[in-house]
Amino acid sequence: MSELASESFHSGYTADEMMTVAASRALRDRAVCFVGIGLPSTAANLARRTHAPDLVLIYESGTIGSKPATLPLSIGDGVLAESADSVISVPEVFNYWLQPGRVDVGFLGAAQLDKFGNINTTVIGSDYRHPKVRLPGAGGAPEIAASCREVVVVVRQTERAFVDRVDFVTSMGFGRGAGDREKLGLTGAGPQLVITDLGVLRPDPRTCELTLTQLHPGVELETALANTGWDLRVADDLARTAPPTDQELVALRELTT
Amino acid sequence: MATIAPLAQAVSEVVHDGDTVAFEGFTHLIPFAAGHEVIRQRRRDLTLVRMTPDVIYDQLIGAGCARKLVFSWGGNPGVGSLHRFRDAVGNGWPVPLELEEHSHAGMANRYVAAASGLPFAVLRGYVGTDLPEQTGTIAPITCPFTGEVLTAVPALKLDAAVIHAQRADRKGNVQLWGITGVQKEAVLAATRSLVTVEEIVDELAPRPGAIVLPSWVIDYVAEVPGGAHPSYAHDYSVRDNDFYREWDAISKDRESFGAWLEGFS
Repeated sequence: MSELASESFHSGYTADEMMTVAASRALRDRAVCFVGIGLPSTAANLARRTHAPDLVLIYESGTIGSKPATLPLSIGDGVLAESADSVISVPEVFNYWLQPGRVDVGFLGAAQLDKFGNINTTVIGSDYRHPKVRLPGAGGAPEIAASCREVVVVVRQTERAFVDRVDFVTSMGFGRGAGDREKLGLTGAGPQLVITDLGVLRPDPRTCELTLTQLHPGVELETALANTGWDLRVADDLARTAPPTDQELVALRELTT
Repeated sequence: MATIAPLAQAVSEVVHDGDTVAFEGFTHLIPFAAGHEVIRQRRRDLTLVRMTPDVIYDQLIGAGCARKLVFSWGGNPGVGSLHRFRDAVGNGWPVPLELEEHSHAGMANRYVAAASGLPFAVLRGYVGTDLPEQTGTIAPITCPFTGEVLTAVPALKLDAAVIHAQRADRKGNVQLWGITGVQKEAVLAATRSLVTVEEIVDELAPRPGAIVLPSWVIDYVAEVPGGAHPSYAHDYSVRDNDFYREWDAISKDRESFGAWLEGFS
């Protein structure tokens, strides 16, 4: 976790709240969104309560069109099934709904992320059999990263998490650079947006290298550079994220408390 | 026809040392009571299969019941890491744990293949990831019709499947609803099966979206009210999220876990 993650760095809201609000803004209304638990789920439900009331949320436990009134702790809380348009089996989620490319946005987290948007949630350390840290593993992420039309990654930005190359590719971003996804026949566009507690990164249209395009209010460029484990490229027209509105903050806090 | 029996008898008939066994339930309807009975009966050398080995497998692994884990996501959902799982992988405690690691899509399809009586399943999966390098049960396959290269994963045949459901009738027909995960596939992939239920009723009234598993594909049914706790049974109980959070502290070190485990001796 970055030093800024849980403390207020700007009047009235935390870095995590800014990250969640920025992630929610990335979801357009009526999009179909495959949601992971944690930050992605919070952001997606915030979007549904603010600018995207008809956002369709799919959880990998088999709930399609969930409209939870409270945030679920797990991917299979009862509230997800009760509020869903349809509850289906897990094989069906992956085979009928995700695999054919019916999902617009895959919303993922990461333990490690590299400059080409590859995600590691498997092991820290170079030896798979004897890892420094054993992480939970893949879950639905490899196929979400492959098959959704685009992927949004939400992750706190630290030098340890933002690495030049991930120790293990659990979910493919752009591989080693432009053209790799196409070579492997992946249909989705890959990670088009990485939203952190410091700013926003997007792939360079030519090289696919993640580039800082936006800083959140009050964050210095030096902080973003220092919290990135590679030589981070910065967009010429680096923008500032608009701070959370009162409406966004109220809706977010209603969700999380 | 399923035999309706007490939990201890049903577990001893269905789960044997050295078995490949799945306790399924995707967050919902996790058969915790049956898992605890396996700990009580000191089963050993199990190959544990489960898409999301969460707290129930942390308990079985910490108790020394498992030699291998076939899985796709091992964490405490919404809370964090599984400390007993990590201790077994990192330090071989209490016994070494071999891993066979997949993605959810791969695991789900492996169950479907076994339930279908096929040797393998085909999917678009694992492409561009490092998983095929570490997991022998992931291989490329060429479509004979289009020439497209896809991924094959072998059927996940089980010696035993254990699930929890809302209810059964007196003949042993089982009904479950809400999030039903891969439970049907797991039962159909297994040589032997056990279903614990919240209650046994005279008649299974139809429920929207419910699955009914007929008695003749199930070996044992045991009535265990609350048998999914701290998981839940839709319309009977709610997920005990506080226990999942407490498990983090209970499982953190071997001593506190040992104190928890003493309840089973």
